[in-house]
Amino acid sequence: MSQIPSELKYLSSHEWVRIEEDGTATIGITDHAQDLLGDVVFVDLPDVGAEINAGDEAGVVESVKAASDIFSPLSGEVIAINEALEESPELVNADPYNDGWFFRIKISDTSELEALLSADDYAEACEAEEDH
Amino acid sequence: MGNKTPLYETHVACGGKIVDFGGWDMPIHYGSQIEEHHIVRKSAGMFDVSHMTIVDLSGVDSKKFLQYLLANDVDKLKTPGKALYSGMLNAEGGVIDDLIVYWLGDESYRLVVNCATREKDLAWMNTQASGFNVKLTEQPKLAMVAVQGPEAIEKVRSVVSTADADIIGNLQVFQGKVAGERMYCRTGYTGEDGLEVIVPDTEVVAFWQALVDAGVAPCGLGARDTLRLEAGMNLYGSDMDETISPLEANMGWTIAWQPESRDFVGRAALEQQKKSGPKFKLVGLVLREKAILRSHQKVITALGDGEITSGTFSPTLGFSVAMARIPAAAEGRCQVEMRKKNMDVEIVLLPFVRKGKQVF
Repeated sequence: MSQIPSELKYLSSHEWVRIEEDGTATIGITDHAQDLLGDVVFVDLPDVGAEINAGDEAGVVESVKAASDIFSPLSGEVIAINEALEESPELVNADPYNDGWFFRIKISDTSELEALLSADDYAEACEAEEDH
Repeated sequence: MGNKTPLYETHVACGGKIVDFGGWDMPIHYGSQIEEHHIVRKSAGMFDVSHMTIVDLSGVDSKKFLQYLLANDVDKLKTPGKALYSGMLNAEGGVIDDLIVYWLGDESYRLVVNCATREKDLAWMNTQASGFNVKLTEQPKLAMVAVQGPEAIEKVRSVVSTADADIIGNLQVFQGKVAGERMYCRTGYTGEDGLEVIVPDTEVVAFWQALVDAGVAPCGLGARDTLRLEAGMNLYGSDMDETISPLEANMGWTIAWQPESRDFVGRAALEQQKKSGPKFKLVGLVLREKAILRSHQKVITALGDGEITSGTFSPTLGFSVAMARIPAAAEGRCQVEMRKKNMDVEIVLLPFVRKGKQVF
C-alpha cells in the first residue's frame, strides 16, 4: 500500500502539494505515482522565475516505463527547483515526499487551494483508478 | 489470473512486482529494475524464465526435419550439446518465432521457444512434421533459471554437485549439457557470460534459494529487457514477427544459404528478397538528450520513414537507445517523432553493449 501523508494536498493526476511555513508551496509526485512509473531516470523541471498557472504542464518525468507530464496544482512564480534530481532522479522513487520534491512556487491565488484533494479524497481517487 | 511458474510464490515472497507477460504472472522487478540491470553487468543476477517452452525432438528424421523447419542449419552442430540460434519462418519468409536448438547427440534435439508463441509454434511444428519420422515432446515439467553476469558461472558452480560443477567448467560458449534431470547451457539474453539452467519444477525453488544464498540477485523481466536491448538481441513480437523477414530484422547471419540444395521453409521468399534487396533494416538509435526513445515512435530519415521497435533508457550507458526498422540505405543521423517535438538521433550498428562495455 502506498503512503499518502495526511498533511498534504493532492491532484488526482498524482501530484502533491505541501504548504510551507512561509506560505510557499512545494510540489512533487506521490508514492503511488512513483510506484506506477518504476525507476525514474530523467526529470524535466520548470525554470526558476517562470510564472505558471494551475493545471499547466510544469515538467516531465521519464521512467524506464513511461513519460508522464507533471501538472502544477497551483498558480504562481517558480522560486526553486530540486536541482539534486538532475544527478539523482532515483530520489523520486526513494523519497517522493521529501528529497524527491520537484519545485516550489510562491502562490498567487490561495483560493485555488480549496480545489485540491485531501489525503482521503486522493486515496479514493487512486482506488477508483485501480478499479477502472 | 495468468499462468504461474513454480517460482511464483518465491517471487511474491521476495517482493517481486508481478505483471502479465504473455499470459504469465511474472516479476517485472523486485524493487529497482535499474539496480538489477547493473548487478547483472557487474556481478551476477538471475531470472525465472520457466515460462519459456521446451520441446524435445527425436526420431530418425529429426535432423532432416530441422534442416527443413529452420532457416539456420543444424548441420553446423558438430559437438553434442552445441546450440544454434535460428528463425522459424513461414513460406513468405516471415518469422514465426526465434528459438535456440541444442543437439543432444544422435537423433536427439532440444528446442527452446518463446512462451507467447507456444501454441502457434507447436501447431506449426506439428504441421511441418508430417511426412517426417519425428516425435515432438513438450516438457512442461521443466523449469528454467537464467543466471547471468561475470560472476554467474562461478556462483552456479558453487551450489551444484562436484560432477555438475565439472560439467559447467567444460562448457563452451553456446553449448549445453544434460546432467541427470538437469541441463546446463552457456547461453543467455543479456550480453554477459552466464548459464541457463533447466531443472525439474520440483527442484527449482531449492535451486533458486541456493543461488540467493550464494549471492545471486533475483532480477525481473524489466532488467532482462534493458539488458537484451543493450546487447542488440531481438525480442519476438516487438523487433520482428510473421510479417518481417530475418533480412529486415538484423538476423541475416542466422540464415544458412549454403548448401544451396537445402530447401527450408521460406527459402524461396528470402532468395527473392535478397535479390531485389530488402527495403528495410534493423539498426540501433542513440539519443544523448534527456528523453527516452519508446517503441512505435516514428523515425524520419531522408529516405523515408521507419519505426522504433524497442526503445528504452540504457542503464549502462546513461542515455536512451532503441532498435528501429528504417529504410535500408539510411545512415548517419535521423529524427524521431517524440511526444512533443522531433529529436535528432544517431544511427549505429547493433549491439550497444557487450560484456559491460559500449561497443558501437
